[in-house]
Amino acid sequence: MSTIASNNPKPRLAARITGWFTEWVSDWGELVISSCVALGDFCLFVFSTFRWMFSRIPKGETLWPNFYQVGVSSLPVVALTGTFIGVVLALQSSSQLGHYGLTNQLGGVINLTLVRELGPVLAATMLAGRVGSAMAAELGTMRVTEQIDALSAMGADPIHYLVVPRFLACLLFIPTLTIMADFMGVAGGYFYSNIWLNIDQHYYWTNSAKFVNNFDLFTGILKSLFFGSAISLISCYQGFNCKPGAEGVGKAATSSFVFAFIVILILDLSLGLSLKAVYESWYPGGTY
Amino acid sequence: MMIEQLLDQEQEAIVDVDKLSVTFGSQEVLKDITLKIPPGQTLALLGESGCGKTVLMKSIIGLVKPTVGKIEFDGENINQLTARQLSRMRLRYGFIFQNAALFDSMTIGQNVAFPLRQHGRFSDNQIREMVLSRLSEVGLPDSVVFKKPAELSGGMRKRVGLARALIMNPELIMYDEPTTGLDPIMSDVINELILRTRSRNPVTSIVVTHDMHTARKVADRVVMLIPRQRLDPGENQVIFDGSVKELETCRDRRVQQFVNGEAGERLMEMRANGHDQ
Ligand SMILES: Nc1ncnc2c1ncn2[C@@H]1O[C@H](COP(=O)(O)OP(=O)(O)OP(=O)(O)O)[C@@H](O)[C@H]1O
Ligand SMILES: [Mg+2]
Repeated sequence: MSTIASNNPKPRLAARITGWFTEWVSDWGELVISSCVALGDFCLFVFSTFRWMFSRIPKGETLWPNFYQVGVSSLPVVALTGTFIGVVLALQSSSQLGHYGLTNQLGGVINLTLVRELGPVLAATMLAGRVGSAMAAELGTMRVTEQIDALSAMGADPIHYLVVPRFLACLLFIPTLTIMADFMGVAGGYFYSNIWLNIDQHYYWTNSAKFVNNFDLFTGILKSLFFGSAISLISCYQGFNCKPGAEGVGKAATSSFVFAFIVILILDLSLGLSLKAVYESWYPGGTY
Repeated sequence: MMIEQLLDQEQEAIVDVDKLSVTFGSQEVLKDITLKIPPGQTLALLGESGCGKTVLMKSIIGLVKPTVGKIEFDGENINQLTARQLSRMRLRYGFIFQNAALFDSMTIGQNVAFPLRQHGRFSDNQIREMVLSRLSEVGLPDSVVFKKPAELSGGMRKRVGLARALIMNPELIMYDEPTTGLDPIMSDVINELILRTRSRNPVTSIVVTHDMHTARKVADRVVMLIPRQRLDPGENQVIFDGSVKELETCRDRRVQQFVNGEAGERLMEMRANGHDQ
């Protein structure tokens, strides 16, 4: 009896470890497979969105409310956050630059950062939070209450009717949000530097003009177009694939923001790298 | 002769469900369902809750993809149509959802007018007239037109769903429990409406119902499904297919239980099977 008891644990432990191992492998396998399936599904979703967009223009009654949501209702919050970012940027960079006695360069640093990076990313983040998760929740509720099925049953394509207008709204209006964030950020930075820090206006603006060129403004807006498309497509996809119940809708809203935000950052980095390469091949010798 | 008759019948069927199986994940809801519905027939689909009636109707309209088998509507396999062809095909369907599925961002009027605006070329006046007449057919006053679905009672919403599905005069109407949740009088109004729709246009209808009164009143033919878990091995999921008269005299214990509304040993059975799933 005692020999059995002392002999047994070893093979059992080994069996348990292999058991864990196979479970671990199968869990990962399942995760990989389901991610591939979801990615493929998402690509099909994007593809059919584009196909509908180019084959038939959506009706005005589906477009205007979405244009309003993205283009008008989002402006104040983007303006507000833009201003604060401008001020905070001025606050932080002024003390850093002050160490090196470069306070005169402040305008260039602030405005370049805003126009190239913070403006587009901030506008996109606000859009993903304010509009993207609302879209996911709205479409998710429609999925759960069979309204999307009802659309199909009445011969209206849900992608054409629901996704294309949202996609167009984000694509067309995110540049205005970006410009708003840029403008308010620049204004906020200027007021803080000029009124609080008493930095000479002349140097502030001439340095800004030296640092920031049209290419920077263009790249900021180009990036925002990518962000806007990603936000609308991800949110709509999450809504369309919402799981049943209030919990499903909540999850769709949260995960649409999380995914959209991650994708914004990934796009920002990869676009930043490619735009740098483009700039350097257009203007050899110039530094981006 | 026999074969020719059979062939004739095949060609005639407007809805042809052939060896349909639907599986969700690991749950097999429908298996090997074969159902041919000739044009003009009103078919009552019976079966206990959860046996897959709604799934069957959604497969017929193409909202649920069959795992195995095929579905033909008027001779066309609906799962091989392109999105656009399917959209056009669906104009010939009317589907009344179990929970109405009204668009809650729109008013009742906009809901009912939706199919008209989507497909028809009607003037605003025509649309308004059609909407009001459909609403009065289902016993709703004009005053609901500007309300939102959330402001109506469950039974009223259901009737709006009915009005919306009927407004394009579809050829095939699928009613998913049209009278559940309505008072007895309103139920009968709906039964009358189903009959009237049929006498006005040559429509084919499928009516899912738990209400034997509705089945007796409107159906030419009754089909009864049974949950997969309750089947004896080798038995088909369609346990009854015949006229209402035959239903009353059917010997099958499960059919009789359903018709007479007797629980019998069903609850014990369900408990023993761990609630079926
Ligand atoms: N989209 C889906 N995903 C997973 N399972 C589903 C889905 N739709 C239905 N089911 C399952 O299929 C089974 C049959 O559902 P269905 O809605 O067809 O029942 P029903 O016969 O209409 O019942 P009731 O009379 O209560 O409406 C249920 O067990 C349900 O859990
Ligand atoms: Mg049902």
